[in-house]
This record gives sequence, C-alpha cells and structure tokens, in this order.
Amino acid sequence: MKGNTESLREAYGEEIARLGEADRDIVVLDADLSTSTKTSIFGSKFPERFFNMGISEQSMVATAAGLALSGKKVYASTFSVFLMRTYEQLRQSVCYNNVNAKFVVTHAGITVGEDGATHQIVEDVGIMSGLPNMSVVVPVDSVETKSVIRYLHDHTNTPYYVRLTREKFPVLNGPDYEFEPGRSTTFRDGSDMTIIANGAMVSFSLDAAELLKTKGIDARVINMASVKPMDREAVIKAARETGRIVTAEEHSIYNGLGSRVCEITADAYPVRVSRVGMKDTFGKSGKSWELFDYFHMGVNDIARISEELFREENRYESIS
Amino acid sequence: MSVKKYTDAEIRLIAKDIRKKSIEMVYSASSGHPGGSLSIADILAVLYFREMNVNPENPVDPDRDLLVMSKGHASPALYATLSLRGFFPTTLLPGFRKISSKLEGHVHFGVPGVEASTGSLGQGLGIAVGMAIASKLDSKKNRVYAIIGDGEIEEGSIWESFMAASKYRLDNLTVIIDRNGVQLDGFTDQIMPLPNIPERLRAFGWNVIEIDGHNIAEITASLKKARETKGVPTFIYARTVKGKGVSYMENNPKYHGSPPGSEDLYQQALMELEAGA
Repeated sequence: MKGNTESLREAYGEEIARLGEADRDIVVLDADLSTSTKTSIFGSKFPERFFNMGISEQSMVATAAGLALSGKKVYASTFSVFLMRTYEQLRQSVCYNNVNAKFVVTHAGITVGEDGATHQIVEDVGIMSGLPNMSVVVPVDSVETKSVIRYLHDHTNTPYYVRLTREKFPVLNGPDYEFEPGRSTTFRDGSDMTIIANGAMVSFSLDAAELLKTKGIDARVINMASVKPMDREAVIKAARETGRIVTAEEHSIYNGLGSRVCEITADAYPVRVSRVGMKDTFGKSGKSWELFDYFHMGVNDIARISEELFREENRYESIS
Repeated sequence: MSVKKYTDAEIRLIAKDIRKKSIEMVYSASSGHPGGSLSIADILAVLYFREMNVNPENPVDPDRDLLVMSKGHASPALYATLSLRGFFPTTLLPGFRKISSKLEGHVHFGVPGVEASTGSLGQGLGIAVGMAIASKLDSKKNRVYAIIGDGEIEEGSIWESFMAASKYRLDNLTVIIDRNGVQLDGFTDQIMPLPNIPERLRAFGWNVIEIDGHNIAEITASLKKARETKGVPTFIYARTVKGKGVSYMENNPKYHGSPPGSEDLYQQALMELEAGA
C-alpha cells in the first residue's frame, strides 16, 4: 500500500496498554496469539492483569464474561477466524448477559495473505452483527483504531466486536479524529454517486474516485467503520443526493456492510446499489494486495463497477 | 455464611421444599427439567442455607459469594432455592416459563440472586473461572461456586476451563458435579462413557472430594474442606440420583426434560416427596 501506512493491531496494543496505566479494572485476555494481536504489550506491562488462556477460545470468551460480570473491563483478542468458534459463548455468555467485554480481533479478511483461505475469514462481520447487544466496528486506520479503543473504554459497557487486520493500512484520519458509534466520515464529497466502504477498501475507494473523476464522474466516499449501529442518515442522504451507491468491503458481500446498506436503502430510500467484496467464496494464498485484484475488489474493479452503475442509470434516464 | 444456623433436619426439610416446588413449577409450565432439579436439591439447600454468604436484602452485595448454575436447565431447583432464601416471593414461582414472568425456562440473569444466564452447556464453568479471577484481582475473600452436570462435561469447553482454573490456582473456586449418570438421550455410560472422573480431575491438578450428594453432613464437610484448601481449585464429585425422591423419575432419562404426564402422576410425585426423608 502506498502512502504513510501504520499497523492497526499495534495501535490497539499500544492504546490498551496506555489505558491500562490509569484504569486498574482493565484486564486483557488472549489465546496464544498475543505477540500477533499485540496484546503482549499490555501483557508485559501488566502481567497480573493479562491472562493467556492458551489455545482455548471458548474458555477465553466464557472467562471474559465472568470477569465482566464481576465488574472488570475486559478486552479479549485472538485472530478473527478463531473467535468465530465461540459464537455460542458470545451469544449466551456475553451478549445475553450483555456484559462489558470487547473482542478486538486481528488478521481478519483476505489481507492475511499467504496464510490462505483457512485463515482469511470474510464472514465475521455478518456473524457478529446478527447478535443482539453486539456492536461491530471495522476501523480504517491506526488513528481510528486508537480512537475506537478509547471511546469503548470511556463511554460503553456493552459487547463490541472490533475487526483489525494483519497488514498496515494508510493513515487517512487526522490526529484530532474522534470515533463515535453510528457516525460515518465523508472523506470526499461528490454528487454523482457514493462509495460506502470500510477498512482497507476506503483507501482503494478514494483512489477509484480519482479514476472516476478522469471520466467525469464525481463520487462521494464515506468511511463506514461503525457497521452496527450504522450511520443510517448518511446512507439515506447519499441515496437521496447522489442516487447510486457502491459498497466496498474486505468481507463477503453477504451479511456485511453492503447488505446492511441495502437494508437501509430498501427500507427508506430505494436506489441502485452495487456491492464490491467477496462473492460467496473462500480466499486463497497470495500476497495480500494481489488478492484484491484476484477477487475483483481492487481499485480498478471499484472504479469499473462504479462506472457501470453510473452509465447504466444514465442509459435508463436517456431512454425515458 | 447464613445468619441463622439450620440443623441437618431443617436443611433436609428445605431440600424437600425445593423438590416439591420444582415439581409444581414444571407441572404448571407443562415443560421443564425435573430430573436434574431433584438430584441437585440437597446440595443447593446446603449451599444457600448454610455455606454461602448471600444477602437477599442486597442481592448485589459486593462481598457476596457467587454461584453459577452451569447446568442451566436445573432452573426450577435454583429458582425455588432463591425464592425460599428470600430473594423473591415464592408466589412468583408458578410464573416459571410463562410469558408474563422473568423466570425463563433456563437460568436467567434478570432474576434476583442469579449471577449469570446459563442454559447452553459448557459455558457456566468458564464464567465462574472469570469471576474467581476477578475476586483474586480485587483481593476479595468471597467464594465462587459452579454446579456442572455429568452430561455437560462431554463439552470440550468444560475441560478448557478445568485447565484454566488449575493454571490460575483458583482456590476460591469450588465446582460441584451432579453425578447422576443420566442425560437427555439415556445413560451417560452409554452416550459417551467417561469413567474415572475424579482421577481425571486430579490429573488436571484439582483437589477432588468424593461425596454422597444427598447426604447433608457429607455435602457440608466437603464445602468446608474446599474452603480450607489453598493453592488449587476444588472439585466435589457428588454422586446423586436423577429424579431423587420420585419413584417413577429416579434413574429414568425420560424425566430429564419432561414434567409429570398426568394429574395422577403429579399428585403421586408430591406425595412421595412429602413422605420422603
């Protein structure tokens, strides 16, 4: 990736270790991946409040629920794909009890790269969004990651799923940015169409918008980090003002960002929506940035799909 | 510990009441799990009326002892125990499993005295492990209890939690297994044989105590021994009878999850419980 890139998981590790200095109620759990998830930073600073539960994710999640029920502020981490085996612990012990436990996972999506399909989860946002009481955030960069962790600590006491990646991502937010659940960020204004993206796909979408500009198409680009709750007003405004929406996510086009945008437009302001993402398929080994092109999710693909949607709409307009 | 000192005979009367109320609840609801409620009644009576420090006037007293009913289908017995202990009026018990009531089919966090929602097996022990770690972090003197089923330990997550409790030397945690030998589909020995459970737990680093789970003195002594054991968690292997006290329910897998099937069977169950020890 071009530009100034920074690691989201390092941002998480540093931020939770920083918060841990002032707040002794913070406890962190991991399942034998702390050097990868970066909870090891907290672990080496506060070993008495760091619990490596071993390769036992179900135990980690149930224990997280118990710690939270006893008043601790719990952060539990592993790779996204491995947290999914604890769906039922998350459902019953965490979400039904509605406890203050945050699940900050890393290595989500196809940017795990060479590790291949077994580790490239692209279903997790859908799985987590379906849980009552669970909120879901997909940060775009290191600045947003730190802000999310700060916000969750300072202002929330319910379960959250925060999806981070192995790869470093370009820093798109300024240092003063502050995250809020249910609020999106418009990175580029435009009137012909809107690209709603999150995670890695935001910087791709900004590059795609530049390509579209050369073809006379003026695209708005929104970072929708907060998938649940979603910034409903921003989606409706995009539909009303630009008439066409493209969604872009490093996730299945089913049950993730794209599906949720479609739910809002169908419900409140129907417009055409094209979804860019994984099409009901598993990933594969490769360099992470090659995989975006392989799965037709790269910059050129976003631009092409956006242009097709734009021309198609115009064609209908000229017929009528 | 409970303020009033109950004699063994009084504890037995309370257990009898827990059993009768459990039967009334499942019959009124036309559903529910009587077998595992009857098997755990004596243990619950000792815990809540003799051993545990709980305060019905302030159910969230920060220094209280905590109990997680990991076998969450034993909700009738736990609800009956909590109401008899004064956490909520016994007149609410007939609401069990009904739409107007908080008394959910499986143990529910919204009920006064309940520490965590449970019902999907294999999770409550992990919750108790988290609570025990939290108590240690806060240097609290309270104790944490988990009641697990002997079918429930077929869940791999239970063994993950056994490992964790041992690693973190949770001597403030006592786990009681309701070893009644029966699960929904049949006998545990046939569904998934798991012999030598006490040896397995010793191999996992636990202090293991074997008792008759219907003997008030043995239950009491084991809980005291658990309290006095330092450095390791305690596992109380309580041999029990599924459906204890109702002849046609005893050792009968059918009554894992079925109420008395007729008014006659219902009256018979109440009569046998009343006449029992």
